[in-house]
Amino acid sequence: MLMFKALRNSRLPRSVLLLRFASSATTTSNCKYDYDLVVLGGGSGGLACAKEAVEYGAHVLCFDFVKPTPAGTKWGVGGTCVNVGCIPKKLMHQASLLGEAVHEAVAYGWNVNDQNIKPDWKKLVKSVQDHIKSVNWVTRVDLRDKKVEYVNSIGRFVDPHTIEYIQKQGERKQLTAKYVVVAVGGRPRYPSIPGATEFGITSDDIFSYEKEPGRTLVVGAGYVGLECACFLKGLGYDPTVMVRSIVLRGFDRQMSEFLAAMMLERGIRFLNTTIPLAVERRADGKLLVKYQNTTTKTDGSDVFDTVLWAIGRKGLTEDLNLGAAGVQTYNDKIIVDHTEATNVPHIFAVGDIIYGRPELTPVAILSGRLLARRLFAGSTQLMDYTDVATTVFTPLEYSCVGMSEEMAIEKMGAENIEVFHAYYKPTEFFIPQKSVRHCYLKAVAEVSGDQKILGLHYIGPVAGEVIQGFAAALKSGLTVKTLLNTVGIHPTTAEEFTRLSITKRSGRDPTPASCCS
Amino acid sequence: MSLTLWNSRFSVTLVRQQATMFMSSSTKTIAANSLHYTFNNNFQPQQHQIQNQQQRRYSTTIMKPINTALPDKGARRTSQSGNRNPGKTLPQGRNSLESSTSDSGINVPPFNHPHCDRQAMYQQPVRKVKPLRGNYDYDLVVIGGGSGGLSCAKEAVAHGARVACLDFVKPTPIGTKWGVGGTCVNVGCIPKKLMHQASLLGEAVHEAAAYGWNVDDKIKPDWNKLVSSVQNHIKSVNWVTRVDLRDKKVEYINGLGSFVDPHTLSAKLKSGDRTITAQTFVIAVGGRPRYPNIPGAVEYGITSDDLFSLDREPGKTLVVGAGYIGLECAGFLKGLGYEPTVMVRSIVLRGFDQQMANLVAASMEERGIPFLRKTVPLSVEKQSDGRLLVKYENTETGEIDSDVFDTVLWAIGRKGLVEDLNLHNAGVLTHKDKIQVDCEETTNVPHIYAVGDIIYGKPELTPVAVLAGRLLARRLYADSDLRMDYADVATTVFTPLEYACVGLSEEDAVKTYGAEEIEVFHGYYKPTEFFIPQKSVRYCYVKAVAQRSGEQRVYGLHYLGPVAGEVIQGFAAALKSGLTIPTLMNTVGIHPTTAEEFTRLSITKRSGLDPTPASCCS
Repeated sequence: MLMFKALRNSRLPRSVLLLRFASSATTTSNCKYDYDLVVLGGGSGGLACAKEAVEYGAHVLCFDFVKPTPAGTKWGVGGTCVNVGCIPKKLMHQASLLGEAVHEAVAYGWNVNDQNIKPDWKKLVKSVQDHIKSVNWVTRVDLRDKKVEYVNSIGRFVDPHTIEYIQKQGERKQLTAKYVVVAVGGRPRYPSIPGATEFGITSDDIFSYEKEPGRTLVVGAGYVGLECACFLKGLGYDPTVMVRSIVLRGFDRQMSEFLAAMMLERGIRFLNTTIPLAVERRADGKLLVKYQNTTTKTDGSDVFDTVLWAIGRKGLTEDLNLGAAGVQTYNDKIIVDHTEATNVPHIFAVGDIIYGRPELTPVAILSGRLLARRLFAGSTQLMDYTDVATTVFTPLEYSCVGMSEEMAIEKMGAENIEVFHAYYKPTEFFIPQKSVRHCYLKAVAEVSGDQKILGLHYIGPVAGEVIQGFAAALKSGLTVKTLLNTVGIHPTTAEEFTRLSITKRSGRDPTPASCCS
Repeated sequence: MSLTLWNSRFSVTLVRQQATMFMSSSTKTIAANSLHYTFNNNFQPQQHQIQNQQQRRYSTTIMKPINTALPDKGARRTSQSGNRNPGKTLPQGRNSLESSTSDSGINVPPFNHPHCDRQAMYQQPVRKVKPLRGNYDYDLVVIGGGSGGLSCAKEAVAHGARVACLDFVKPTPIGTKWGVGGTCVNVGCIPKKLMHQASLLGEAVHEAAAYGWNVDDKIKPDWNKLVSSVQNHIKSVNWVTRVDLRDKKVEYINGLGSFVDPHTLSAKLKSGDRTITAQTFVIAVGGRPRYPNIPGAVEYGITSDDLFSLDREPGKTLVVGAGYIGLECAGFLKGLGYEPTVMVRSIVLRGFDQQMANLVAASMEERGIPFLRKTVPLSVEKQSDGRLLVKYENTETGEIDSDVFDTVLWAIGRKGLVEDLNLHNAGVLTHKDKIQVDCEETTNVPHIYAVGDIIYGKPELTPVAVLAGRLLARRLYADSDLRMDYADVATTVFTPLEYACVGLSEEDAVKTYGAEEIEVFHGYYKPTEFFIPQKSVRYCYVKAVAQRSGEQRVYGLHYLGPVAGEVIQGFAAALKSGLTIPTLMNTVGIHPTTAEEFTRLSITKRSGLDPTPASCCS
């Protein structure tokens, strides 16, 4: 075992290695509590933290429980990402892209009949759910292998070190822990209007929805709403997006508007500055949605097969009885310091439950893992929440890392930043004559010196794959000088970043002239 | 080719090009400012040594006494004063006529080329060629209208030079020819990527069925339709290129150029010969595929120059050669439903990381592409039924065997097109069929430069040629002192499962630093999208080759999987920015992507631990 550890550790700098051994000797010696660590929530962050803690000899228990949605949907261990988030979303997105690919295949000469192709929703849902169940299973096995104790129940604080839960048989049980990590995540909100909970569904339901969504009203234009609307459109359904104020709040405005325009071009309808008023079920089973345009103050209504709320997510602090532990909350979230500690020093939080941090799986995983290393391996490394790359999986995907243009202007002043931008034409788009109108990228940089890059933004195919490496580059101090000196890979779309030369300030047209010279 | 198609696709571009042209004077300053390069002083002395060694890898070839380190000032002054006397511009003390085969009989002294040392390189002053409007027809004549030549020509014009560009395509033995733009556009990256895409889309149709689409996935491609789509796209690019040259006032001469003397070129045009003089020349003629020296090779075989416009289905195809061109062709032929066989003389993907190369080959074998290893072709004969009988020999066992194919494709390498240039008339030395240049792309003759595939010992890649050509023009005509940095150039092999890399291969890292000084992190991974269609994940693999101690600088990154080029490009920028392992591991992934696997690397080869992934999202 020691040998195994030494081998594992060989990848780390020597200083860290020494610290690890020094501390792992001290952690498990504390017998005052039942567990060294109790993790509340078996999602990405909680599991990563639990597994990492066990690696360093800690005695760990992890609670996980999923309350069914109003429509009755429930799922297994692994949290939002695996069950009702990134994974099914990406698979539905892929299904929708593959439908597009069939049409493209025809343009490239394949003798496939692409007239009236339709997806089999049930087959798709089953495939997606089967994959999720296999991941659930792998996760369970992984926890067993790594000796993380798993309890399928909700843990509630009794006092700062004591957690109470109800066993399967209905019996109440208590246990104590030296450290507690709250990683309960969040769930979609419902609006408080008549019929919202009774007739509407959320992203928690859509990926296992047993009937075809049909004509769907997606309420909310955050990334969850846009992604759902887009894959529904790609799968041949008829989504409408209802936008209260702006699309993709928090993202770069220009890119967000581009994305909305791209969706419009693909035939997705938008109800702008509109809020829902009520949902009623008609005799034929369809849903009558009444809404109001907040600009014109005009009321309207329309009939849909499905209404999907994507108006935001709330943290699941309610059931934790945090008051008993003295943990302060902020709205439905928990405020933590730079060490992920709450106001109670031995209680931490990671993942979507934290207030004001990016709600992303890899963020939760890394911060959970780093926290475990600090608690049980003497590490001092903190989670760096800056320059986290993210991707919106719309048909033309949008990916970004670092600052939006607005944020850069706000922080540095408009005169101190330079924005390089360009439209581009993916080589593969020509033959099927796909629209290149919204293929666009930009780099936000400092105006002087080596022109350190503050943010990169990309709309186009496989955006996540494109931006990931640049995220590592940004962390390594990428400058415009270096970027323009990086030789492109031809023909890719990612190479367009190395070809950026036109600044917004110059006023020149950022449309490409030539292809390969 | 219908004009409406052109109109719909390119009219907007044209209008915008015009607009761009009028603004082009402002480009100059911006581009020059943004590109003004100062050497990154962040390197500690220790790293600087490493840098040296790394550079050396790229420049082992430039060890000959090329006396271009100092420009011939006398000659330049002569030309400045407008007294054109080509004879006097020859490098001193050299008989230009003896030198077309340069490596024979020259004593090679130790030569510390500036390019070996990045810092020294940037400290050297850049030679300036300022005298425009001299007593020559042109300030600059670019020989070769491919990626490198065109970018150089266009950039030079943007900075006020009078430029002509010669371009001529000799037909292949079976008569294939093409328009302006060079290899990449016509018979290289572009048609290759489109055929690759076509083959991936065939796969996508099957995947679509797995995802629930009601498509009939018993499908076949229409080769002729594909070829005509690809060729239409190429012709439209040719056309855009021509318009671009006209707009930018680069004189385009569709003729084969050969040197008469160091400042004079004779161009064979359709209308007869034309003599052209210029102050400066850039040779950017590129290369063409080789044919093996065996009976029937030229008569019956084709190359990548022919494949993308072949007027019949390739059918059962023997691809001879396992470089990236051979593997890519075999890959898309298989994807399109034909039956390729790859004949490998020694190893696959020479020059690439061999572990990755073998994984690429294995992934192709898994898809049903047979490899004839350690085998060389002996002859090609045409049978009475029109099919081709290929005899070949296993070089290990000496066994001779034969098989019948519909198509034989030579992908055994490419040669530089120096032959027709009469380079000895200009005094330019060659090395085999290539031209050696120094760190400023100067040949041994100070006013003659070379960029692109014709250069000896540099990566033969379009973006390398484009950037080198552009930077050269800026140094010549725009007071720039930025040189091309050929280190850490990322590249991608577009096999069905793509392979991309940047920086050092594991072998090169071991060779350069010693096995004890490097750490290799690696991992197999499972792309989320592969599960539902049950695609094989056996060869989805990433590795990072890094410094073992200290700051753990990343030397090389290797990735085998979907959209490899898109994945590696950003990491290439990261490598140039000094990426380290701690930084890589602290980079938050984008979930679910395959690129994020780089941020999840944790298992070293040294540990002996299983690099197979256990979990997905935690």
